[in-house]
Amino acid sequence: MDAVDGNAIGGLLHEVFGSEMTTTVSICGTCGTARQVGELAVYAHAPGTVVRCPSCDNVLMVFVKIHDRTCVDLMGLAALG
Amino acid sequence: MAGTALRGRLSPRPLLWQVAKVLAVAIETASVRTIMLDVPDWPGHQAGQHVDIRLTDGDYVAERSYSIASAPGEPVALTVERIDDGEVSPYLTDELRAGDDLELRGPIGGYFVWEPKDGGPLLLLAGGSGIVPLRSILRHRQRTGSTVPVRLLYSSRTLDDVIYRGELDKPAAGVEVFHTLTRHQPPGWSGYARRVDAALLAEVAWPAGMTPLAYVCGPTNFVEAVSQTLVQSGYPPQRVKTERFGGTGGT
Repeated sequence: MDAVDGNAIGGLLHEVFGSEMTTTVSICGTCGTARQVGELAVYAHAPGTVVRCPSCDNVLMVFVKIHDRTCVDLMGLAALG
Repeated sequence: MAGTALRGRLSPRPLLWQVAKVLAVAIETASVRTIMLDVPDWPGHQAGQHVDIRLTDGDYVAERSYSIASAPGEPVALTVERIDDGEVSPYLTDELRAGDDLELRGPIGGYFVWEPKDGGPLLLLAGGSGIVPLRSILRHRQRTGSTVPVRLLYSSRTLDDVIYRGELDKPAAGVEVFHTLTRHQPPGWSGYARRVDAALLAEVAWPAGMTPLAYVCGPTNFVEAVSQTLVQSGYPPQRVKTERFGGTGGT
């Protein structure tokens, strides 16, 4: 499945975090690469939305919408912001 | 995310869904429409930003993102390409009429944006409907009187698939437009006639030594190929902004 950029889920991220996030810097918990969220690899057609590190492919964030709730998993991140 | 420092930046404005009114729908190509909108509570946007569109049918909701085609200060316009098996785009291109309501939220994104202070020279690379946010950047440059030099390389399947053709045929001073038609070229075609590759970029792109700023937008395979080639030719990765649409269509 083709990836899109983190920029594409700017709306979802704003909804979850309450502010514009695509220029926020994230640090991968596996390889330590720092990137703006807008640069991350997003797989929007998985069950839920999966955000991966473009450098090492580690899963950084997962968002799953169930009815009007969004479940958020940020386990792959070392830092955000 | 144990131990993660999450330093929230408070937004002055929540991102709320709102109802826009369709002012007009313009035909760009056989499969592409530009939808002009009146958005009552619009805070203004930056060139390169997008909106989320939400269609609701009973309990079923479909959301998609569409780039804003108009410059900051102009009424919001979205240019939408019909994806034949899409859930949202066929409604937008085929069904939507002036006077209809459309639910959206935005503007969204701060990564794939350009302001005159960001400078250049600018290298804009579009595959298919990837031209849309780049058109907003071009219009913004013109409206603000920026003299940043621009080269636009636009890859389309055929001449009939070129979006904003009339506008791009009359570029502003300091803007050079290059077309490549990958599938079919009309008789006498003097532009490029192949997919964007390293040799083509070597002819069209600003040399890396000029510290250009590149914006690449289009189908994922187009963006991957073009951005990797630019980086291999010496563009620093942080000077190559990308926006992948997913899929493979359009170039």
